[in-house]
Amino acid sequence: MGFEGIGASVRRREDLRFLSGRGTYTDDINRPNQTYAVILRSPHAHARIRAIDTTRARAAPGVLAVFTGADMAADKVGGLPCGWQVKNKDGSPMAEPPHPVLAVGKVRHVGDPVAVVIAETKAEARDAAERITIEWEVLPAAATIEAALQPGAPLVHDDVPGNVCYDWHLGDKAAVEAGFAKAHKVARLELVNNRLIPNAMEPRCAVGEYDPATGDYTLWTTSQNPHVIRLLMGAFVLNIPEHKLRVVAPDVGGGFGSKIYHYAEEAIVTWAAGKLKRPVKWTADRTESFMSDAHGRDHVTHAELALDEHGRFLALRVRTLANMGAYLSTFAPCVPTYLYATLLAGVYTTPAIYAEVKAVFTNTVPVDAYRGAGRPEATFLLERLVDIAALEMGMDRVEIRRRNFIPKDAFPYQTPVALQYDSGDYHRTLDEALQASGWHTFEQRRAEAARRGKLRGIGISTYIEACGIAPSAVVGSLGARAGLYEVANIRVNPTGSITVFTGTHSHGQGHETTFAQLIADRFGVPMSQVEIVHGDTAKVPFGMGTYGSRSLAVGGSAIVKASDKIIAKAKRIAAHLLEASVDDIEFKDGMFRVAGTDRAKSFAEVSLAAYVPHNYPIEELEPGLEETAFYDPKNFTFPAGCHICEVEIDPETGEVEVVNFTAVDDVGRVINPMIVEGQVQGGVAQGIGQALLETCVYDDAGQLLSGSMMDYTMPRADDLPDIRVGTAVTMCTHNPLGVKGCGEVGAIGAPPAVIGAVVDALRDWGVRHIDMPATPQKIWRIIEAGRQRRAAE
Amino acid sequence: MYDFAYHRPATVAEAVKLLAADPEAKVISGGMSLIPVLKQRLARPSALIDLGAIPDLVGIAVSATTVTIRGRTTHAAVAASAEVKRAIPALAELASHIGDPQVRNRGTIGGSIAHHDPTADYPAAVLALGATVHTSRRRIAADDFFTGLFATALEPDEIVTAVEFPIPEKAAYVKFPNPASRYAMVGVFVAKGPMGVRVAVTGAGAHGVFRHAAMEEALAKSWSPEALEGITTPAADLNNDIHASREYRAHLVGVMAKRAVAKAG
Ligand SMILES: Cc1cc2nc3c(=O)[nH]c(=O)nc-3n(C[C@H](O)[C@H](O)[C@H](O)COP(=O)(O)OP(=O)(O)OC[C@H]3O[C@@H](n4cnc5c(N)ncnc54)[C@H](O)[C@@H]3O)c2cc1C
Repeated sequence: MGFEGIGASVRRREDLRFLSGRGTYTDDINRPNQTYAVILRSPHAHARIRAIDTTRARAAPGVLAVFTGADMAADKVGGLPCGWQVKNKDGSPMAEPPHPVLAVGKVRHVGDPVAVVIAETKAEARDAAERITIEWEVLPAAATIEAALQPGAPLVHDDVPGNVCYDWHLGDKAAVEAGFAKAHKVARLELVNNRLIPNAMEPRCAVGEYDPATGDYTLWTTSQNPHVIRLLMGAFVLNIPEHKLRVVAPDVGGGFGSKIYHYAEEAIVTWAAGKLKRPVKWTADRTESFMSDAHGRDHVTHAELALDEHGRFLALRVRTLANMGAYLSTFAPCVPTYLYATLLAGVYTTPAIYAEVKAVFTNTVPVDAYRGAGRPEATFLLERLVDIAALEMGMDRVEIRRRNFIPKDAFPYQTPVALQYDSGDYHRTLDEALQASGWHTFEQRRAEAARRGKLRGIGISTYIEACGIAPSAVVGSLGARAGLYEVANIRVNPTGSITVFTGTHSHGQGHETTFAQLIADRFGVPMSQVEIVHGDTAKVPFGMGTYGSRSLAVGGSAIVKASDKIIAKAKRIAAHLLEASVDDIEFKDGMFRVAGTDRAKSFAEVSLAAYVPHNYPIEELEPGLEETAFYDPKNFTFPAGCHICEVEIDPETGEVEVVNFTAVDDVGRVINPMIVEGQVQGGVAQGIGQALLETCVYDDAGQLLSGSMMDYTMPRADDLPDIRVGTAVTMCTHNPLGVKGCGEVGAIGAPPAVIGAVVDALRDWGVRHIDMPATPQKIWRIIEAGRQRRAAE
Repeated sequence: MYDFAYHRPATVAEAVKLLAADPEAKVISGGMSLIPVLKQRLARPSALIDLGAIPDLVGIAVSATTVTIRGRTTHAAVAASAEVKRAIPALAELASHIGDPQVRNRGTIGGSIAHHDPTADYPAAVLALGATVHTSRRRIAADDFFTGLFATALEPDEIVTAVEFPIPEKAAYVKFPNPASRYAMVGVFVAKGPMGVRVAVTGAGAHGVFRHAAMEEALAKSWSPEALEGITTPAADLNNDIHASREYRAHLVGVMAKRAVAKAG
C-alpha cells in the first residue's frame, strides 16, 4: 500500500466496477414477477383533456392496468411537492400551483405525463399506450418567458395571473441608486442565459415494489438523495410512513442536479406496485429524458454596473426573468434567487447591489438546479459585465478585476447580498492562472494565428461560488422546507475493518475513494479495510444527499465528527487495556500508545475488545464501536478561482475551436488531487458545452425542437482542449477539513471565460457581447454584418 | 418497435423475391438508419429482409478505371481499404468521417444511398463522381438515382448491389458537420475526370443532394478555388433549421467548395 491519506491521488476504487460493466444501476435491478410501465405523455404544450378512453388499451395483450390522473386522485394521491418557498417583494408567498403526478384536466408541457400503462412486457405496455385515445382541446402556449409575460398571454395555471410565480428582490435599492447617481461610467448588458438539458449518461429509471405480507414498499430509483425522495414521496404524495418505505439509489450514472428532484415516475411505480401487488419498472428512453428531466438555466437579464473614474465598482443593478417551466420542480424557486442573486458580489468589493427576479411559468419542462445552479448564471452575468466595464473604461480586463478584488486580509468579508465569505486569495489564483496560461505572451499567439487566417482571442473569468450547502437555520429562514445537514455513521467491525454509512450519494464523484481516504488518514488503516455505503434508506441514517458541491464539505465533516467520537471511545477502551489514564493515550498510525512508552494496542485489538468485552470497562462504557454524527455547517463554503480560455475562430465559417483552457481553483484542502482534477475538467467540459454548443429550443407552439442528440449538441471529446487544472488553496475556516468543494466550479467559471475569448477574437468586428451558445452561425453573422458595414463605408 | 417477421436470404434473387412478395417488407442492411426509425415507431414494416447473409453483396474491386463497392460493404471497410485510398482517396476519407466507429462498422454504402438522407455524405460522392448504381435489375446513372428528399429511383422491390465509381483525376470532399448530429450540414464533393467536372452538394438542399451547375461551369474553365470567387448559391432551395439558416448554408456551400478544390489540388 502506497500513501493513501489526505493529498494522495489514489485511483478511484469504484471505477473497476463501472468500467468493467459490473455496476448495478437501477435498470439492472429486476424483481421477481416484475411488470413494466410505459407512460403516455402529452404531445401538446398546452391542452385541455376533454376525455380519455383507455378501454382499448386495457384490453390489449399483456396489459395489467391503465391508470390516469383521475385514478390517482380517487386514491388521494397528492401532488408533487415543492421544497422551497420564495416570497414576493411584499412578503406574500409565491404562487404554488398543484403539480399532479398524472395530469388532471389539462397538460402544461410536451412530455407532461397523462396516463400509465402497466403490462407484462415493455413492448406490450408501449403497444397498449398507443391505443389510449384522448380528446384534446389544444390551447395556445406560452413557450418562452417573453411569451408568458405578454399581456393576455395564455395562462399556464388558470389561477396564476400573469404567469408570475414570484417577484422577488434582494439588496439595498436606495444605496444602489445613490451609487448610480455618482457614477463616472455605467456598463450595461442584456443577456440570455441559455436553457440546457442535462442529459446524464444514465436515463432515469424507477422500480417500485410492495410486499403484501408486511405492507412495506421499496423504491429503487436514479436519485442523488434517496432520503429526500422517501420524505417527499412518503409524506406528501403517497402517504406511506417512512418506516414502511425504503428508497434505494444504487449506482447512478451521472446526475448534475437532474436527479435531485422527486419525479412523477417514482410515485407512479411505487403506487402502482401497491395496486398491482407486483413490482413495476419504468425506464426512460432518451427521448423521454429530453422532455421529462428538469432542465437548467433559462434567464433573461438586464444588468448595469456603476463605476467611478478609477474603474471601481460603485453599484450593481440586476433585473432577471427566470423560467420555472410548467410546474415547480422540487428546488426550482431557490435557484434564481438564493443561489443566484446572493452571488452577485462575486470576488469584488461592490458596496451596493440590488437584484430583482421575476420567476415565470411557461409551457415547457420544469427548470431546476443544474450543475452550478444559479451560480453559473450569476457568474456569467457578472464576468461579462466586468469585461464590458473594462471596455467602457478603456481599462485592461485583468487590471479592472484586480482593482476591485476583495483583498485577502478582508476576510471574513460580508457582501451586500447576504453572504459572508470566510477565506480566499483572489490575486493568487489570478496570478497563477495568468502565469500558467501564458496570458502575457498571448499577443504573439494572436499574431501567429492571424498569419494562418484565424482570429484568436483570450478570455478570463474570476469567479466565486457558494457551496457546501448549507446551514439549516439560514436556509430555513430563506424558505427551505428541509434542513441541509449531513450524517455519517461509522461502524467499526470486530476485527477492525470499518464501514462508513454516509447520507451523501455518489453518482460519479468518487466518494467511495475520497471518503475512504479520509478514514484511512484518520484511523491509520489501509483503504482496503474501509467500505463506504450510501444510497439506501434502510442502511444509512437520514441524510440529505449530494448536490451543491456539499458532499465533502458537509458529509465529509460529519465523517470527521463521527470519527472523533470513535477515537474518543476507543481511547478509553485502550486506556483500560493498557492500564493507563485516558489522558495519556495517544492515537497515531493505527496504534493506541501510552505516551512516552512502547506499550501499545493496535486499532484492531481495541475494536475486538469492544465487541468481545471480556476485559472491558463495562461499568462505564457500552460495548461496541459504532458512532453516528450529524453535521450542520456553520456557513456556506466559497470556492473561487480564475479560468482563462483561448479560442481560434475560422472567420470564413464562424467555427470556434477552444485551443487552451487553464483553470486555477481554490477548492480548499484537496483530499485527492486526481479526483479534483477530474471534477474540474468535467465541469469545464459542461461550461464549454453551455458556452459554445448546448441550447434547448422550443418553437412558438411549445414543441421541443432540440429533442434528441441529433439536434441538441452535447460536448464531445474532440470539442475540448487539454484542460490545464491547478489549485491554489486557502482553507475553509469553519469546517474541520478546510475543504470547500470542487464539483461545480468548472461549470461556473468556464462560460464567461469562453465567451470573453470569443468576443476578444472578434474585437475588430464591433461586438461587445455574444449570448451563449456562440455557434458558428451566430459568429458568421457578426462577421458578415461587419464585412457589409465595411464594404458600405 | 413493432413486431415484424425476419428473413435472412442467402442470395440477392431470394431477397428480391421476398421483397416482391410483400409490399410492406423492408430490406435491412447495416440498420443504422432503419433501426432508429423502427425504435421510434415511425415505420411499421411487416418483415425485415436482412442482407447480412449474402456474400455477393460485400467487397471492393478496383480496376484501372473504376472502383466498385458492393452494396453491403461497410463504411469502415471503405475507409480502411488500401485500394480505395490509392484510387479515390477522397472516397475513403469521406467514409472515414461518417458517424462514429460503431456506425461505420455497421452502416453500408447501399443503405446510405438507398436511404438518401439529405444530410448523408455518400450521395455527394456518388453524384460528383458520376457513379453508376448497380441494382438487382439494372444500372442507374447517379444523375437519375437521387430523386428527392429520402427518395431515389429504386423500385420497391429493387436492391442496390453495388456502386461503380469512375476513377477521377482529382477529387475531394469537405464537410461542415452539423454540430449536434455530425451529419453534413453542408458537404461539397468536387471531382474532375472522365465524367467531366462535377460538384455535388449534400446537407444543404431541401430536396437532397444536388449538383452545382454554376460551380461546375466555373471550374471547367479553371480548376482553382479562385474560380469559385463570387459564385453564389441561391438560398431559396436550401434547408433552414435551428442550426443553420438558408443564407448561412448558402455561404458554407461556397466556403466548402473552395476548400474542396484546394484540397483536390
Ligand atoms: C449515430 C449515427 C451517426 C451517423 N452519422 C452519419 C454521418 O455523419 N454521415 C452519413 O452519411 N451517415 C451517417 N449515419 C447514417 C449511416 O451512415 C447509415 O449507415 C446509413 O444512413 C444507412 O446505411 P445502413 O446500411 O445502416 O442502412 P439501413 O439502416 O439498414 O437501411 C436504410 C434504408 O435503406 C434501405 N436499404 C438498405 N440497404 C439497401 C440496399 N442494398 N438496397 C436497397 N435498399 C436498401 C433500407 O430498407 C432502409 O430503408 C449515421 C447514423 C447514426 C446512427
